[in-house]
Amino acid sequence: MKLAMLRTLAVAAGLAFAAPAFAAGETPVPPQNDWTFNGPFGRFDKTQLQRGFKVYKEVCAACHSMGLVSFRNLSQEGGPGFTAGQVKALAETYQIKDGPNDAGDMFERPGRAADRFPAPFPNKQAAAAANGGAYPPDLSVIAKARTYERGFPWFVFDMATTFQQQGVDYLVALLTGYEDAPAGVEVPAGKYYNKYFPGHIISMPNPLSDGAVEYPKTADGRPQAPETARQYAKDVAAFLMWAAEPHMEARKALGFKVLSFLLLFAGLLYFTKKKIWSRVESAAAH
Amino acid sequence: MAGHSTYVPKTAVGRWFESRLPIVGLIHSSFVVFPNPRNLNYLWTFGGILAFMLVAQIVTGITLAMHYTPHATMAFGSVEHIMRDVNYGWLIRYLHANGASMFFVAVYVHIFRGMYYGSYKAPREILWILGVIIFLLMMATAFMGYVLPWGQMSYWGATVITNLFSAFPVVGETIVTFLWGGYSVDNPTLNRFFSLHYLLPFMIAGVVVLHIWALHVPGSNNPAGIEKKTDKDTLPFHPYFTVKDALALVVFIMLYCWFVFYTPNFLGHADNYIEANPAVTPAHIVPEWYFLPFYAILRAIPDKLMGVLAMFGSIAVLAFLPWLDTSKVRSGSYRPMFRFFFWLFAVNAVILGWLGAKPADGLYVIASRICTAYYFGYFAILFILGFVEKPSKLPASIAESVLGRQGSAAAVGASAAAEPNTKG
Amino acid sequence: MATTAAEPTRRDFLFIATGAVGAVGIASAVWPFVSQMAPDAATVAAGAPVDVDLTPVAEGQILKLFWRGKLIFVRHRSAQEIKDAQSVDVASLRDPEADAKRVKAGKDQWLVVYGNCTHLGCVPLGNEGAYKGWFCPCHGSVFDTSGRIRQGPAPTNLPLPPYEFVSDTKIRIG
Repeated sequence: MKLAMLRTLAVAAGLAFAAPAFAAGETPVPPQNDWTFNGPFGRFDKTQLQRGFKVYKEVCAACHSMGLVSFRNLSQEGGPGFTAGQVKALAETYQIKDGPNDAGDMFERPGRAADRFPAPFPNKQAAAAANGGAYPPDLSVIAKARTYERGFPWFVFDMATTFQQQGVDYLVALLTGYEDAPAGVEVPAGKYYNKYFPGHIISMPNPLSDGAVEYPKTADGRPQAPETARQYAKDVAAFLMWAAEPHMEARKALGFKVLSFLLLFAGLLYFTKKKIWSRVESAAAH
Repeated sequence: MAGHSTYVPKTAVGRWFESRLPIVGLIHSSFVVFPNPRNLNYLWTFGGILAFMLVAQIVTGITLAMHYTPHATMAFGSVEHIMRDVNYGWLIRYLHANGASMFFVAVYVHIFRGMYYGSYKAPREILWILGVIIFLLMMATAFMGYVLPWGQMSYWGATVITNLFSAFPVVGETIVTFLWGGYSVDNPTLNRFFSLHYLLPFMIAGVVVLHIWALHVPGSNNPAGIEKKTDKDTLPFHPYFTVKDALALVVFIMLYCWFVFYTPNFLGHADNYIEANPAVTPAHIVPEWYFLPFYAILRAIPDKLMGVLAMFGSIAVLAFLPWLDTSKVRSGSYRPMFRFFFWLFAVNAVILGWLGAKPADGLYVIASRICTAYYFGYFAILFILGFVEKPSKLPASIAESVLGRQGSAAAVGASAAAEPNTKG
Repeated sequence: MATTAAEPTRRDFLFIATGAVGAVGIASAVWPFVSQMAPDAATVAAGAPVDVDLTPVAEGQILKLFWRGKLIFVRHRSAQEIKDAQSVDVASLRDPEADAKRVKAGKDQWLVVYGNCTHLGCVPLGNEGAYKGWFCPCHGSVFDTSGRIRQGPAPTNLPLPPYEFVSDTKIRIG
């Protein structure tokens, strides 16, 4: 009885929050992108991560937290490649809640490199209340927390090709997937239609528009990359992939060493085994 | 574990020690001079691979426990702390997560090898039953381990699987409440799962010792399925099988490392990177791949209690295999009719796994029922097969099965000459 | 290794090479498990400097605070305590160190030391013991008003954390 009631409450609460996905139905498959971090030798493009961080900071961070990532991560090996000085200066532009002090009060101080990115809202409830009842999910591991079904036989090939980019491809598709609802589909007030969002009705308005974020200029005064919504989506998705898997470069680099070593060792063992067994197998050969 | 040792230490200190605790002699007789059938193929290396995986999981697991926090509000963050901040934390965590899958890959090969070559038959029934117990403990351990990151799949997997016990009449709800330590899966559940997840591997290790002990009484079965008779049927464990096991192990580790370094999340679920949320169930809730066939059996049956009983029964029935298979011949290599049903069983198990990952509606349910029927039917067929099947001719000895009739005669002298150092 | 094979050297080389490569592999595999014992990146990064306001610390008081998880004493010494600390024959000390080396020039009244006994890490009690410096209740080490070891089992003086005066009434530790 009590359980049943709790479950009803849980369902009601579930409807109130933005559920990640229900019927996948006729959702199209997100197109694949040509990421620099694809495959066993893939690496992040540092300039892309820096641009992506800018998009995150100026657009996404208004509503989404990224609570598992610290400022210091931005200058660590295998990341966007900011210098420690840049990170320190960046951190100081944020006000971080700290305390309590000796008087027992909480206070605000400039950020340090060791601090996590502060959340835009004090808690989940406040975040949901400010966003039409839908809580904007934390983005720390979002690139690993989203996927789409690969289906047979692709998932078998994925093992060999090391394809792990469903999440990041989905993010690009989602961010560029806003369009007018087809005839017959009613979009409730305060909701939006997105081609790639499971169920299509999404609470997040289209966040990116051409020219919204200014990119660093190259020597000839032109932006480093096109200032288009599509490019923003790709750059911020790449940045979020790094945020979700900050040691990816180290992982792949170590993997190559380990597997090369194991191949050598397996080869030696193969010949050792052959040699040892030849003592008794020569008897069978005659 | 192989009876009296012939081992004599070379040094006085060694002899002094050995007369008080003959452990080196035990290792010597079990893993150095132990006579193994000479015809063992590479499928017999999976026992050693499993021993390695158990040790690897314990070592990586103890390491992770040094950094993990078993608390509902901190568990998810502490796993990400391991992934981000701990030196090589990402490596150790991916080794552990993928290690669970590789452990099951190896155990399934090991089980199917035993089923094909009749390794469960007399005098190895206890050995086989100990193996089924290990398998059950592994499943419990893996399930509880998957709960620890406290992601969405952790939480909802725990909810669904613990609710299985609510199917039992009268006591079911009480059992579930006791499992949870509350009125839903929550912090007390996480804490006890962590405690038990740490404990069970050591219980597995204990049963593994018994498993090896029981193995070393009759010795290994072999592809011919006939007992060793003379010395020429066997080779000493070291160096022949140590080097063969080592080669297989290293190749297996390469596969393991491929997953760890290049596709570490391939075998996991994206939803488990979303922190547990009791208010939202993931759209597709499926267990880890190694549970899928059993999950399909659970869902194939429309009655809650019967479904649960069928699922548990699908594992329990394995323990009775030594008596359900009535054939006098062990090895599937000499059983033409058995071979057909065996491979059908293997394919059936894979299809069950695929069905377990599919939504439980329409044709999938019908297919699940057919496959479930065959899963259990296989054991009935085995029972009948023993009476109706005409086995092909068995070789006279293990040596003959490897070397041929002539070779086996010649091998007496040759193998004796080739291994003068086996007692060293 | 007795053998009937024709080329024992090649065989031996193969066995040795395989064994050596295997040993290298095992040793390499151990490293991550040792390395993870070191302080993690978050802990290392968290050691930011802390500012301490000295105005509320009255003469004779000892302020306790933590930096990098370690206890630190900030002691406001009286003129008598300073005099006691300075008048000791440095050469007679177990860990010879002049008081002037343990405080900042011109700030003789402020002594800043780590707050764990150099014997086995207990927290000594302030203003206690024969020299009215610190007395460690665990094993009886006695420190003077400069935090120097005078009696008992502790081998060295209470060490000094890195700090500087930001202003007359404020120090920054770290």
